[in-house]
Formats: sequence, structure tokens, C-alpha cells
Amino acid sequence: MARQTRIRTRMQDGATEILVLVNHPMETGQRVNPQTKEKIPAHFIQKMTFMLNGKEVAVVDMGVAVSKDPLVGIRVKGAKAGAKVRITWSDNKGESGEAETTVS
Amino acid sequence: MTPIRRRTFLKGTLAASAAGLAAAAGLLKPGLARAAEWSKNAFEAKKVDEALTNLFGSAQTTPSAGVKIKAPLQAENGAVVPIQVTTDLPNVTTIAVLVEKNNQPLIAAVSLTGAAPFFSARMKMAQTSDVHVVVKSAGKLYSAKQTIKVTVGGCGG
Repeated sequence: MARQTRIRTRMQDGATEILVLVNHPMETGQRVNPQTKEKIPAHFIQKMTFMLNGKEVAVVDMGVAVSKDPLVGIRVKGAKAGAKVRITWSDNKGESGEAETTVS
Repeated sequence: MTPIRRRTFLKGTLAASAAGLAAAAGLLKPGLARAAEWSKNAFEAKKVDEALTNLFGSAQTTPSAGVKIKAPLQAENGAVVPIQVTTDLPNVTTIAVLVEKNNQPLIAAVSLTGAAPFFSARMKMAQTSDVHVVVKSAGKLYSAKQTIKVTVGGCGG
């Protein structure tokens, strides 16, 4: 299933900030459906990998308490304009997504 | 003719797959294997100390002014609490964010392999609680905490 993964970069405090927004429910597994009284199964992103020019620079491991539609940011120093940024994510149900951009 | 060709073919494939396995094992061993593992125990831990022990192998942290948390003092909506972590400490390899009173305190753990020591995200908070940030710098654990007041909880709904 394709979920929207958006990525953008911006200069912040002398570093390049990479912001990723994934359209994802991030269910905790603790919410109860009010109609059926059944627990809504957990469904959340577990891993997000950031790559700069093909090299892994950061891996974010997430738990259920990251908000719905996660917006995650990391920073890299000394990235040149045109450098390729690629991120991939995967969740506990085996779904995954990716996005790519270049540093502006 | 056919059996021989089959034999050489098989031999070839076996050798190739063995080499492939060896290469994969060698490549995966140092960084990737560690990074590829999502620490289930740490994320399912119910206490801050337990989560830290599962994540870092120790819950002993030193409070440090070098770890900076940028988050609101009061959050109106516990479902979306922005947090930003930065640090001046050198050689930072991991940043972990934990909310003490959440059912599962560990929010996120970031392993850095080249990125600057910075992390931002939005998290859910069940109730007013201390937020702990633990940074692993040059093999040692440093921490900082901040209390965030929550008027409407973000878990359960």
C-alpha cells in the first residue's frame, strides 16, 4: 500500500535539516474501537533510515508513541547542494515507503 | 552430455551462493546488523530504567547541560507534542527520547552514523510527565529532562 512520504531539506543553524513526513496512522495497540469494544491492533513505523549520497547517516527506531503522521527531522553537516538524500521506512506490518530529494 | 552440464551448473550455483552468503555475512556484521535490529525489549519496557537497560545495557546516566531539549512547557494536546533535541557533546552515537509516564516510555532511539547530533519529532504523551533524553557520547550516557504539562492526554482517546 502506498502511503505518502514527503521529504524536504532546508538550511538551519548552519546545517542541512532533513524533514520527513509520512502519512501513517501510528496506532498504539491500546486504543479501543468504541463500537465493537475491540482493541485496534498496533500499526506503527519501526524504522526510518536516512541516507546521504548512498551512505547511511542516521537510523531512527520508533515506538508507538510517535504521533500520527510522523514528522521527523535530522541534520547533516556539510552537505553540498545537489547531494542526494534518500529515506526509507518500514512498519510492524511489513509496509514500507521511501522518498528521495536533493539538497537545495 | 546432459548430466555433466547439470553437474557443472550445480557446482557453479553452489559456489556462487556460498560466496554471496559470505559477503552478506561480512558486510552485515559490523554496523548494519546492529542497526537493523529493532529493539523490541526496549520499546516494550514499561519503565524508563528498564528501557534504557535494554537499549544501552545500562540505566546509569549523568545529567548534563550539554544535552538540550526544546519542547513546550505545556502541551494542549498530548497527541502531538513537538520535541527537538540537540547536544554539544562530541561523538554522539545514539539519542533516545523517553516519556516517563507513558505506558511504553521509549519514544524513539536514533543511531547516528554521520548525521549531526540533532533529532526532532512529534510524540504522544498520556499525561503530564518528565521527558528524558539520553545521549550516548563517546561511550558514556548523558541525560537531560524536562517536565511537560499535558492538558488532554494523547493515548486512549
